[in-house]
Amino acid sequence: MARSTPVKKALRSLTWLLVIVAGLTAINGGAVLWNHASWAPKLALDLEGGTQIILSPVVANGASAPSSQQLEQAVAIIRQRIDASGVSEAEINTQGSQNVVVSIPGIPDQATIDRIESSAKLEFRPVLVSEQAPTSAVGTPSATPTPGASDTPLPSTPSTSPTNASDLAWVTPALQKQFNDFSCDKVDAAGTNVADPKKPLITCDDTSTYKYILGPVEVAGETISDATNGQVTNSQGASTGKWAVNIVFNAKGTKQFAEVTTRLDALTGVRNQFAIVLDGRIISAPTTNAVITDGKPQITGSFTQASSKTLADQLKFGALPIGFKVESKDIISATLGSSQLQSGLLAGLIGLILVVLYSLLQYRTLGLLTVASLVVAAVITYLVVVLLSWREGYRLSLAGVAGLIVAIGITADSFIVYFERIRDELRDGRPLESAVEAGWKRAIRTIVASDTVNFLAAAILFIVAVGNVKGFALTLGLTTIVDLVVVALFTHPMLQIIARRPFFAEGHRFSGLDPKALGAIYRGRATFRDPVNVSASKKASVSREVQKRQTIAERKAAELESQGASTSSKSPKGKDS
Amino acid sequence: MASFAQFGNDLYTGKRSYNIVGRRKIWYGIAAVMILAAIVIPILRGGFIFGIEFRGGSQFQVSHTTDLSQPFASDTVTKVAPASNPRVSIVGGDSVRIQTDQLSDTESVKIQQALASAYNVPVKNVTASFIGATWGQDITRQALTGLVIFVALAAIVMALYFRTWKMSLVAIVALLHDLIITAGFYGIFGIEVTPAAVIGFLTILGYSLYDTVVVFDKIRETTSEDGAESRRTFGESVNLAVNQTLVRSINTSIVAILPVGAILFIGAFALGAGTLRDISLALFVGIIAGTYSTIFIAAPLYAHLRSGEEAIKKRDKRTNAVRQASVTS
Repeated sequence: MARSTPVKKALRSLTWLLVIVAGLTAINGGAVLWNHASWAPKLALDLEGGTQIILSPVVANGASAPSSQQLEQAVAIIRQRIDASGVSEAEINTQGSQNVVVSIPGIPDQATIDRIESSAKLEFRPVLVSEQAPTSAVGTPSATPTPGASDTPLPSTPSTSPTNASDLAWVTPALQKQFNDFSCDKVDAAGTNVADPKKPLITCDDTSTYKYILGPVEVAGETISDATNGQVTNSQGASTGKWAVNIVFNAKGTKQFAEVTTRLDALTGVRNQFAIVLDGRIISAPTTNAVITDGKPQITGSFTQASSKTLADQLKFGALPIGFKVESKDIISATLGSSQLQSGLLAGLIGLILVVLYSLLQYRTLGLLTVASLVVAAVITYLVVVLLSWREGYRLSLAGVAGLIVAIGITADSFIVYFERIRDELRDGRPLESAVEAGWKRAIRTIVASDTVNFLAAAILFIVAVGNVKGFALTLGLTTIVDLVVVALFTHPMLQIIARRPFFAEGHRFSGLDPKALGAIYRGRATFRDPVNVSASKKASVSREVQKRQTIAERKAAELESQGASTSSKSPKGKDS
Repeated sequence: MASFAQFGNDLYTGKRSYNIVGRRKIWYGIAAVMILAAIVIPILRGGFIFGIEFRGGSQFQVSHTTDLSQPFASDTVTKVAPASNPRVSIVGGDSVRIQTDQLSDTESVKIQQALASAYNVPVKNVTASFIGATWGQDITRQALTGLVIFVALAAIVMALYFRTWKMSLVAIVALLHDLIITAGFYGIFGIEVTPAAVIGFLTILGYSLYDTVVVFDKIRETTSEDGAESRRTFGESVNLAVNQTLVRSINTSIVAILPVGAILFIGAFALGAGTLRDISLALFVGIIAGTYSTIFIAAPLYAHLRSGEEAIKKRDKRTNAVRQASVTS
């Protein structure tokens, strides 16, 4: 038997499916072999437990404890930061009146903890004084202050009221002395990260080579509307390989930034410099070469790709209103017992068996194809879940498991839509092979349209939502795509092939595709009675009369209509569409 | 099941036909009553009961006890803190979990001691914790933003695909119907709204539109194949399409509801309250509402909306005139 085109196409589709499954398996296998990934999907907090990190706020001496509003804000920001690093289904809430509890599945690394706990408070301050910091290698500071001198308190309020943040009047004798005594290894202890924004600040750069006196905050991090990371390009537009964080200010920040750069541009020496302070440390202090009016400065420093991404994420979601430190880090057990997962899987199994029984009842042998398709869908879904949990930190929660079980129904619907279309074509008197092709043309349109709607829901929720909803969106999107892949690359090609088997092609009673059972009546030599005409006639009680009295033109039109109904959905009469 | 196949054949040929589009007033009435009930009854009951994940509060858990009487636990708590609204559930089979509104530290300690003595267990078997909402305002706000963007975009996509904004509008109306009824179900029966329930709710969002799109695709096909000489009115064409997809609708909803029902059954009866029950209950109600609204609300409403159009008025008038003529002559 020569292979006809549909069979060739079918085999090609099946080959593609095999390539996809083999590819996914190979990637996972490689990950297991070389990257310590696992064949089992990672489980979420509710099923596997994880690590509970209790963060307590760091407040400046004498400052009041953080308000509940600030804590809520901190929870929201931490959640966004965690979400930006992957879908982990973390749980973040407040505990007591002070602490924030972050529960993360698995054991987080230091980078994850840094991402969570650092406040990421960005400030722009003008430089007033800078000098090389004594390094520990130099030994004892040369100018040891005489104890007697510090007995008399030095004036700590400016003698003249400073006119702007760059005014040297900020540098009072007391501040100057403090600056002289300041050692860069004491930056963290000095509480520079919780400094008063309205006062000058003494701090160091992040390599501790220079120490600075900075003016009050000119532009605060809250005015940042967006931040991205990217490579620095030189004047020719070529990449220099250095990483930077690009900031976009909002209108207020843009205006403030323009004013400051205008003033600093006119100044000389160190006072021309602008310090970018992150959590109390200067990450860079560039000189002001031009007035920046577009509100889009670029921060360079000693960034790597990962550190620039982290900072950009932190700046984008805003600084934490309060700084935190890790109070405790404990392993917690699963909130749901393993019995919950087992019951869930049992429920899934029962559901699946019921679906199989119903399919067999409804579609006879064809129901087996539904079962096989569901198995293929399950295999692909499993491989993708494992892959996502390795690459994206995706974790399966009990809600996720329930979502996947529910997807059985939605996936099976594609087969039902398809099979019903084929039956419709058989009822119209087509032989099976062409009924499969015609039915497919119509069914795939419907399946693509309805899956598009589902996928749209998933994609938008994935982009917009945070927390648990994000994980759900990923599950929904995943099952929608798997549905489409399976119906196009497995169910249809398989049906194309089995439609040639005599069992189906001749419409065996148990094939589920028996034309006689479907109401198509054989009239001899591949001609069936045309049931569409009959359908119209029986529709209304009066139409039998109508049919009798049909004019030739009307009868022709009715015939045309029925042909149109059985060839393809591309009807030239698009009046109503 | 030859009879069911026969049923499908009859629906396809029109031998058997349910006049769904024609009886639209009945369906509109039912929908109006259901929606009104879904809105009014929860309001009278005092709104939704949100889980601790949304509100935060205090939580006590008595482990290794044999006394699992719920009123007993709640009485013990209300004796100490009368206005704490305790809600008691049994966890596993040997633990009692009591969630309350936020309590002061002294009240917590008192309740902890009261529970220990009431259940006759050592105090260390009664854990007390003080917790904030894990599902914060930010998650709700972002989810709602996503919802609004999705509905707007889905409406545009459907309007482009079906090439009529009326189908798109009707699909959104049916969607709202499903969402209100599913949410109302929680409000009417006072079932706690948990994150799992919200996720089930969001699944319904996709399912409801999905189901409507499948049936509308058939309606679009049937109505666009009607030539100028069609012997059916527009409403009858829509009705035929709905009848022809009825078997699909029944099969799909049964297949979708079987796994959900299995989860609901296992979740509610074998495990008591929990994630599985919360998510499957929303889905169970939503799938039924979704299937119902596609057939009985979306299709008649669409035919209703289109019936005002000039071309369709003309066509229906002509069809009816032909019929009148054939009856009278």
